Amino acid sequence: MAQWAEAAGKGRSLQGCGAPWGPADIISTVEFNHTGELLATGDKGGRVVIFQREQESKQQPQRRGEYNVYSTFQSHEPEFDYLKSLEIEEKINKIRWLPQHNAAYFLLSTNDKTVKLWKVSERDKRPEGYNLKDEDGRLRDPSMITTLRVPVLRPMDLMVEATPRRVFANAHTYHINSISVNSDYETYMSADDLRINLWNFEITNQSFNIVDIKPANMEELTEVITAAEFHPHHCNAFVYSSSKGTIRLCDMRAAALCDRHAKFFEEPEDPSNRSFFSEIISSISDVKFSHSGRYIMTRDYLTVKVWDLNMENRPMETYQVHDYLRSKLCSLYENDCIFDKFECVWNGSDSVIMTGSYNNFFRMFDRNTKRDVTLEASRENSKPRAVLKPRKVCVGGKRRKDEISVDSLDFSKKILHTAWHPSENIIAVAATNNLYIFQDKVN
Amino acid sequence: MFVRGLKRKCFDGEEDIEGTLAGIKAIPSYNLQRQSLLDMSLVKLQLCHMLVEPNLCRSVLIANTVRQIQEEMTQDGTWQMINTQSTGQTSLDRLVSTDILCRSSREQAEGKQVPGYSSFNKDFEDDQTQDSSETMSTSSSVQTPRNLQSNVWEMENPQESRGNFQKSLDQIFETLENKNPNSVEDLFSEVDNSYYDLDTMLTGMMSNTKMGHCDGLETFSSPTTATSNSNCKSDLNELDHIVEILVES
Repeated sequence: MAQWAEAAGKGRSLQGCGAPWGPADIISTVEFNHTGELLATGDKGGRVVIFQREQESKQQPQRRGEYNVYSTFQSHEPEFDYLKSLEIEEKINKIRWLPQHNAAYFLLSTNDKTVKLWKVSERDKRPEGYNLKDEDGRLRDPSMITTLRVPVLRPMDLMVEATPRRVFANAHTYHINSISVNSDYETYMSADDLRINLWNFEITNQSFNIVDIKPANMEELTEVITAAEFHPHHCNAFVYSSSKGTIRLCDMRAAALCDRHAKFFEEPEDPSNRSFFSEIISSISDVKFSHSGRYIMTRDYLTVKVWDLNMENRPMETYQVHDYLRSKLCSLYENDCIFDKFECVWNGSDSVIMTGSYNNFFRMFDRNTKRDVTLEASRENSKPRAVLKPRKVCVGGKRRKDEISVDSLDFSKKILHTAWHPSENIIAVAATNNLYIFQDKVN
Repeated sequence: MFVRGLKRKCFDGEEDIEGTLAGIKAIPSYNLQRQSLLDMSLVKLQLCHMLVEPNLCRSVLIANTVRQIQEEMTQDGTWQMINTQSTGQTSLDRLVSTDILCRSSREQAEGKQVPGYSSFNKDFEDDQTQDSSETMSTSSSVQTPRNLQSNVWEMENPQESRGNFQKSLDQIFETLENKNPNSVEDLFSEVDNSYYDLDTMLTGMMSNTKMGHCDGLETFSSPTTATSNSNCKSDLNELDHIVEILVES
């Protein structure tokens, strides 16, 4: 497996560089665009920060993985629903990029209720010499206009503008947990706890409900949707995961309302590991198609699983993320950590998967060599550009040097969100209010 | 780990709470642990219901856990057993068992004190030294209904207690889709207050979690904030206060 080092001195903890920070600065989502040139983060305060990769230069080859702030904007504001007497948080739950078709970039961002389509574009020229407006944009007195002139474009400092192009509101009663752009690039879906809606990018006032698992009587509710994603190539297929640890693949060609799944992925429960927490820890927190579209990866509380689309009865591969927590489930239930929603990502070639853990640790699993590594995103324990040292958690017995005991793990430092560059070994890791960018070490 | 259907040995060797060990040993520890898990889950659910829009996934998972425990208790007839065995100390024991439940077996064997729970034990010791009428309450406003003796499990008629419990569960499940802050009031007014000592459970949980790895905010994390207009009765003031602290921290 590759060795990893922090991308660059300047790129180090790009957000919140030691400055005072509050809960609003906690990063809630991280996403590379399709080329990997841009990296977007969303935070609890409703802001989106976009980082752009520095152009490679022969003089400074070490700057190849450096990302710098490109644009920052307030995507969502706190709102109040007067009908329900309910505050709507501004926290960005997910960001998804649209493929780039012209000079501008487009992304979708969502909080609990509302999805927004943002256009991020550059401007380095401005028009001057309008006839009806003066330089400040105020209308001129028509009686003062005596001659006509031709406006001209004058160069100016590069400005990056973010403008909201569409607002998709009022379609979700519950909290949106996923958005996914379809491979037809004309539609996308948004999933909440009980329903999934299909939208056209051009139409904001209506959406199609494609999945609805809300029981007529809410007392009978025992299962919720936890994540959903479109197939990367087949625009008719999508998957969604549930709190009972199952995944359903749906085909939109079969029916408009996909209440009946095409495939149902479920692993039989291991009776030897059965406990009152079995259901909670099997609840799936994230589901991702591989780039090839052949596999799906799911993350539950203790493991990551890779499923073959052609095998529904069990996963192909199961990787233990932090099995040492199995003996701590009761305290993790008591302090609510057991409900943390860890995400998972594929590398560009689908050969390595990455997911987060506690104590600012994150894990990588090489599917070919079956090797795995635990790394730490931390400022205290790493020098700039130094190779990240693999970390080890000691389970019982004697603790060796460099090992950390299970009891001294910090459960408030959790890595929930990570992203992998679409084609290169560059990863982004969100650790509370800090964003770390690591790249494989080239000697 | 809390394996279902498996009896666990009582731990011993903790000198500081030795006095309570006799009480624990009297009742099978698995049942105690299950009971404390049930208590913990019910408190979590009740806190969920104080929010206008709780985290649905979390609420459903907790509610399913409660259902599972309830089902198992009904099957093995623990209902009646607890009913006959319980003494005035039961709710205390239950609180202590929460403590036991959250220690790993290794720590128990070594007799080490988990830092996160030391304050809990201390509270407990303090409680013990006090007069039982003052025991368990941090506020003086709700003394009467919180009589330790009048426990739901100790009611004369098992059917009645069962029905009561069933009722409270139903209310909790019903309010999963809770939009109405008043239902919080309903929940508390209709459920037997003496079922367990909610305040102490809460303060216990709070001190546990504060000392523990997660801070209060994350402990009761939910995407929504608590309702500001929860017009609960006076005996809920303290609870409100706690929730406010949780939300603000």
